[in-house]
Amino acid sequence: MSISFELRPEQEELRRLVRQFALDKVAPRAEEMNHRGEFPVDLVQEMGALGLFGLPFPEEYGGSGGTYFDLCLAIEEIGRVDQSLGITLEAGVGLGAMPIWKFGTEEQRRRWLPPLARGERLAGFGLTEPGGGSDAGALRTRALQDGDTWVINGSKSFITNAGTDISDFVTITAVTNQDPREITNFVVPRDTPGFVVGGGYRKVGWHASDTRDLAFDDVVVPAEHQLGERGRGFANFLSILDEGRIAIAALAVGLIQGCVDECVRYAHEREAFGKPIGGHQAVAFKIADMQAAAELARNQWWHAAWLMEQGRPFKRQASIAKLYATEAAVTAAREACQVFGGYGFTTEYPVGRFYQDAKILEIGEGTSEVQRMLIARDLGLPRA
Amino acid sequence: MRIICPVKRVPDTAAKKAVEPDLTLDRDGVEAVLNANDEWSIEEALRIKERTPGTEVVVLCVGPEQAQQTIRKALSYGLDGAIQVSDPGISGSDASGIASIVAGALADEEFDLVIMGNQSSDARTMLLPAMLAEYLDLPALTYCTKLDIDGDTVRAEREMPGGHQVVEAKLPAVVSVVEAINEPRYPSFKGIMAAKSKPVVVKDLQDVGLDAEMVGLEHAWTQVLEVTPRPPRQAGDKVEDDGSGTVGAKALADFLVARKFL
Repeated sequence: MSISFELRPEQEELRRLVRQFALDKVAPRAEEMNHRGEFPVDLVQEMGALGLFGLPFPEEYGGSGGTYFDLCLAIEEIGRVDQSLGITLEAGVGLGAMPIWKFGTEEQRRRWLPPLARGERLAGFGLTEPGGGSDAGALRTRALQDGDTWVINGSKSFITNAGTDISDFVTITAVTNQDPREITNFVVPRDTPGFVVGGGYRKVGWHASDTRDLAFDDVVVPAEHQLGERGRGFANFLSILDEGRIAIAALAVGLIQGCVDECVRYAHEREAFGKPIGGHQAVAFKIADMQAAAELARNQWWHAAWLMEQGRPFKRQASIAKLYATEAAVTAAREACQVFGGYGFTTEYPVGRFYQDAKILEIGEGTSEVQRMLIARDLGLPRA
Repeated sequence: MRIICPVKRVPDTAAKKAVEPDLTLDRDGVEAVLNANDEWSIEEALRIKERTPGTEVVVLCVGPEQAQQTIRKALSYGLDGAIQVSDPGISGSDASGIASIVAGALADEEFDLVIMGNQSSDARTMLLPAMLAEYLDLPALTYCTKLDIDGDTVRAEREMPGGHQVVEAKLPAVVSVVEAINEPRYPSFKGIMAAKSKPVVVKDLQDVGLDAEMVGLEHAWTQVLEVTPRPPRQAGDKVEDDGSGTVGAKALADFLVARKFL
């Protein structure tokens, strides 16, 4: 297909819908939710009613019958107003529901997917461990087979959407049967004895999103909770992260665009040295740079998502999208605060919140360093 | 029950409006949206549909080909089908012209209720619901804040200065609604997708029993003679205080008293 930058009419309509919802419902509450560290179950469920949590899934599984590209459009527009809710959507669909869709049996899909796709329930993605991070394969969580059950012991860190009032389960990676190379995925329901959800972290940003540490102490799950093939758990989870990079890039673009929105408005209103500050080149150029970054980063995630939709290789483009968009987001948020001067260091305007929220984008779902490593490997450079 | 929701494609109210040399609105230069007041009528029709099984809601839009986008938007809320009247001869019609076109489009349709927004955000004549009822020879219940259907009767509360009126009429009837009637829902993505495959019947002037000699700019009963943009907002009064607080406070109090706030 030739190059086209035109969204389909239903994608344009979706983008308008999410934009309107974000402005009407999310924006008025964003600061208060952030300040109180409140996870907005009602907004999540309203987004569920719009169909956002089911965008990439077929209707027969409770989904909306759209695409991953559509999901990323929605994430960008939510993230343009509130990053906490943006990551809740990203993680809810991309990390919570997607493993069930991609690796679940027909029975598992029918059992677990519909409530997630309707936004009524959430699931977590238990990969990272206290000593893991970028070395995600160095797992300590173990699952031992015991007749028709698995017994799980270990812990996970920084798991999004694992401890809300509507969190149903987490899918995790665990080393099976003492062989460190054999990693398998399991679904662990929230109410399973021995599964303890921690109290949360004191985070720098994303205050209105739910992030937990998890502990598994002789947690017993039945054999039918094994997700995907035995031994394929690590590769399966990495493939989830490949796609997730596009979604995080979209979230970062939302942040940059949100900075532009706020700065353009403020640069008209605030006067200094006898004119609106937007008339001063020092300010105008900062905002112009932000918009340049937003559009470049958006083009890159569109490209990666388009390749993915075409069934073509997209990993390098996804890594570039994530790397560029998230680093540009940190820069944009810093400069947006600068445009606002002293007010940029308060929570009176959204840019201060964006500044807090930006940093994690360079870390979560693959650090900038991991992205550079993946791009270098893709270029055929020698492995370390 | 069958409900018709006439809707209008209007320039986005947030956009800067421009006029063509013939003093009609420039509709190509700005983003067009579904008239906000029509979201209330669609919502009300959907609520009746949800209460009354077997109800069909059809959107009706007079407008050029681009109005398909507005129709799809209306359908995305969950309406069942659409009628579009599109003809080059319609361009520039006034309220009476449009009312005759809508009436013509409904001449062969079976319906129990026409629900529409009380006004459009671009022309703001507020004439269409009453004119349409006149052309159709049906009762008109306008400016409604509450609607109840009971058998073949529609009962409504009408917004009045300082209160409301309760009125009723036999179906079929034409009803116009105001903002207080409900809070419109958002469409869902499923609704957006489903809207793509809903049936849209397109009619031209001949199909609705009219011809270009009866409608359009040249045959409008009313004529726009002049369009003047609103003058830019004047700078407000500045209240200076001498540091004591009393001078400023008095000036503010005088300001409020002069405008009968105090």
